[in-house]
Amino acid sequence: MNFDKEYFNLGVLDTLSYKNTLVHRLDPRTKVITTFAFIVTVVSFPKYEIAGLIPFLLFPVVIFALGDIPVWFILKKVLVVSVFAVFIGILNPLFDTHIKYHFLTFPVSGGWVSFFSILLKFFLTMCSALLLISTTSFPGICHALRKLGVPEIFISQLLFLYRYIFVLMEETLRMVRAKDLRSFGKKGQGISIFINLVGTLFVKTIERAERIYHAMLSRGFTGTIHFVLKEGFGKKDFVFMSVTGITLFIFRAYDIVGLIGRLAERMFN
Amino acid sequence: MTHHIIDFKDIFFQYPDGTEALKGVSFRIIHGESVGLVGANGAGKSTLLLQMNGYMLPSSGVINIGGVELTKKTRQDIRKKVGVVFQNPDDQLFMPTVFDDVAFGPLNLGMSNERVTDRVNSALQTIGCLDLATKPPHHLSAGKKRAVSIATVLAMEPDILAMDEPSSNLDPKSRRDLIGLLKEFKHTKIIASHDLDLILEVCERCLVIKNGMIVADGRVSGILTNQLLLEENHLELPLSLQKNRIH
Repeated sequence: MNFDKEYFNLGVLDTLSYKNTLVHRLDPRTKVITTFAFIVTVVSFPKYEIAGLIPFLLFPVVIFALGDIPVWFILKKVLVVSVFAVFIGILNPLFDTHIKYHFLTFPVSGGWVSFFSILLKFFLTMCSALLLISTTSFPGICHALRKLGVPEIFISQLLFLYRYIFVLMEETLRMVRAKDLRSFGKKGQGISIFINLVGTLFVKTIERAERIYHAMLSRGFTGTIHFVLKEGFGKKDFVFMSVTGITLFIFRAYDIVGLIGRLAERMFN
Repeated sequence: MTHHIIDFKDIFFQYPDGTEALKGVSFRIIHGESVGLVGANGAGKSTLLLQMNGYMLPSSGVINIGGVELTKKTRQDIRKKVGVVFQNPDDQLFMPTVFDDVAFGPLNLGMSNERVTDRVNSALQTIGCLDLATKPPHHLSAGKKRAVSIATVLAMEPDILAMDEPSSNLDPKSRRDLIGLLKEFKHTKIIASHDLDLILEVCERCLVIKNGMIVADGRVSGILTNQLLLEENHLELPLSLQKNRIH
């Protein structure tokens, strides 16, 4: 069943984030900042750039390897959402038809080049975002964001979302199962049953929220949530951040692919 | 000592929809006593527990906890004295990790980070779950969730523990561990449950509630052996007291 699978997938991503590798042990702030820097750098390339983006593939590759993250699992997730990127870029080849390059004597229009550039940028940014999530626990990311100045109320919302999305999904799962077991292979009774399901879920959620609020009050909640935070910004964070920063700068400022090309040309001549 | 006494005097409570859940409940629990609260579904057990820390205030009657009358003004202080463990651990554990959850109460009491960490560690040690501190609650088994929800309350060092169905959804071993744990606590305890064997083992005194009224109050040994009284209240003899139950 589809819903079971989705729930399982969410669980896998969450479990991955609690591994214990070099990347997982880095301070969440380090990872949030470097991921953000990476995304900004990638997006900052002009619209016809392809060659300049290629070296950036190194970043996900290194994180996949160091963080011991299953490559196919993440790639499949990127593939699922890549539909959006395709829709954004698909009209470029139709509108932008002037010839930009010749690839093995085939003329390539500017539209195709910018389309591939969009896909590549999308792939890189999605990969890095998913890798951030699968190498950092969700509470870790939230605490990092809080320290970086995101308002308290958003952080509390995100943390509650994380805590209860699993509970809510399990509840939904049980209801969907109960429905399926009594609809005997038919699609249930279509949309009307679906509306009932969502309605019941909504009421259940409100009731649960009330009980949670009661539990919070019972333990002295007066409006703000406090945390004991352990400072974890160490030498390895500093090293990771500087290396990534310098690499990003070099990849952005210099034409690495061209450099390698010219070097290879000189060697073979 | 007078400060761990629970005193309910003629408590009435009506839900907003008009249901009369409590109709003149009176009892007094003294320091260090363990009291079981039993009764049929919908008899008013959970409502009674919710009265204890002022989440719901009675329509009439006086509740006195540790010498302080429970009112809108005093309920914040009373919540520090009365720790309530809810029936569903998913409602009780709302923070992203076990550590954060157990630290929630002590931090609200305004303690320093070091003291909070000490409290959390000792509470987790008591329930034998120190190694779970960094885990998110949804990675725990039902038994561990229950133990951690008890720790969240223990960390506040309350004088009085109130529990709603502590043994529901537990496998026999987790239930056995829980009973061991409850027996060790020296707090004043009030436990609402259908698990009569648990009450028999943990409590000395038992209240029977029926349609919002206390219909029996006495020693566990007297009440939980009174087959007629139990059956009138949709209960039965505790399994350990049933003879020839395997035919």
